[in-house]
Amino acid sequence: MSTESSALYDVPGPKALARHRTYGWIVTALLVGVLAWVVYKLFDTDQFAYDKWAPFEYVGVQKLLLRGLRNTLQIFAWAAVLSLAFGAVFAAGRLSDHRVVRWVSGLVVEFFRAMPVLVLIFFIFIAMKVEPRLALIAGLTLYNGSVLAEVFRGGVNAVPRGQSEAAYALGMRKTTVMVSILIPQAVRTMLPTIISQLVVTLKDTSLGYLISYEEFLYAGKQIATNLDYSLPFIPVVMVIAPIYIGMCMLLSGLARYLESSGRRRNKTAA
Amino acid sequence: MNVLLDNFALFRKGFVGTLELTLASSAIALGIGVLMAGCRVSPVRPLRILGGVWVTVLRNTPLTLLFFAVVLGLPRFGVVLPFFTLAVLALGCYTSAFICEAVRSGINTVPVGQGEAARSLGMNFGRTLSLIVLPQALRAVIPPVGSTLIALAKNTAIAGSFSVVELLGTYRTLNELGYDIVVTFLWIAVGYLIITLSISALFRFLEKRLEVAR
Repeated sequence: MSTESSALYDVPGPKALARHRTYGWIVTALLVGVLAWVVYKLFDTDQFAYDKWAPFEYVGVQKLLLRGLRNTLQIFAWAAVLSLAFGAVFAAGRLSDHRVVRWVSGLVVEFFRAMPVLVLIFFIFIAMKVEPRLALIAGLTLYNGSVLAEVFRGGVNAVPRGQSEAAYALGMRKTTVMVSILIPQAVRTMLPTIISQLVVTLKDTSLGYLISYEEFLYAGKQIATNLDYSLPFIPVVMVIAPIYIGMCMLLSGLARYLESSGRRRNKTAA
Repeated sequence: MNVLLDNFALFRKGFVGTLELTLASSAIALGIGVLMAGCRVSPVRPLRILGGVWVTVLRNTPLTLLFFAVVLGLPRFGVVLPFFTLAVLALGCYTSAFICEAVRSGINTVPVGQGEAARSLGMNFGRTLSLIVLPQALRAVIPPVGSTLIALAKNTAIAGSFSVVELLGTYRTLNELGYDIVVTFLWIAVGYLIITLSISALFRFLEKRLEVAR
């Protein structure tokens, strides 16, 4: 797209290429400088000291981290499945023929979408005195489920009207039209958006840290705040961040792959 | 006892804290976001790579982890700043990745002919982008930037757990004072609704103002 033939600049000639190379070297030099400063600071503040990294060799600490990671993934799985179900139910509600159902589900979806997910989690955890694990799952489900409900509704509405008109003309009932005509087509176009929303869910599982649920980040904090390990905040971030970012990038990559393959399929069909 | 009126000063402090966090982080996010979008479409390869890495990494980082790294990690690293500044940095950088993507897709909506015409008039990349393309992209960018900033306002709630005064954190004091916790949360919810609804009203207004008949 914005590689060699961009509408924003001419195809560079020899002089422009030389100039761009110079800019490129300046930028690279600046970045390397920043990086070097960071590395210098890391050594300067003794972040690579043995006693800060030694804890990661202890079996107990490794188990703690793995348990945290397992909890994170479990929460993600529960929240993903439940919010997909929640989204499906309330999307169906918003597409219903009955005005009361439509109105109520619209209200629910709009309310939970407008609330910060953390307020929901705190409310369930503190005001309703639910245990952290359930509070986290419930909060994530309510928020992401509501967002997904809007995604589903938008997806179903985006299917060309001729499709449902043709189905009705063939004598199908509303349920049949939905299940066998609209939803299969909608799911194909919605899949990338759904998965992007699941990335948000995965990222938000780390909110469990704030209500002291033993998920991955909380496990990291338990190590980082341990005086015996001389407070290894930076080493913990250096261990945990790549794992979190890697997991999210895998999911995002899946969404991008599905999007591009969907585009290709549509092109060949047309 | 009335939860809101008895503790109005406390609520106001939290509300103002959330507002300040939102405004300061929005400024940073918009600045860095537009800059990074410019980098991503620039003819200089290292800049493109920089923009790409910035967006990919920040979009896939949980915000809580970023807060953890910035607010608790940076001071150990020798960068000692007030909690508020650190929180604004974390929120601003996180949101800038989403702003960048919104601006970049906005740039793509501007017809190719506009950029070509600018170039044929002898404008270089910087001028084409800042004088011709970005002003036109603005129109397409307003709605997604609006929803990104609403998300930012909601994300400020996380800062409360990292020693910054904001709206959600007020529940702690009130809980200790023995006020009805459900009502407290109700007013906190109202506070967030005021902020998010104002942002969406502002951006709808902007959208109307910039609308042109095509």
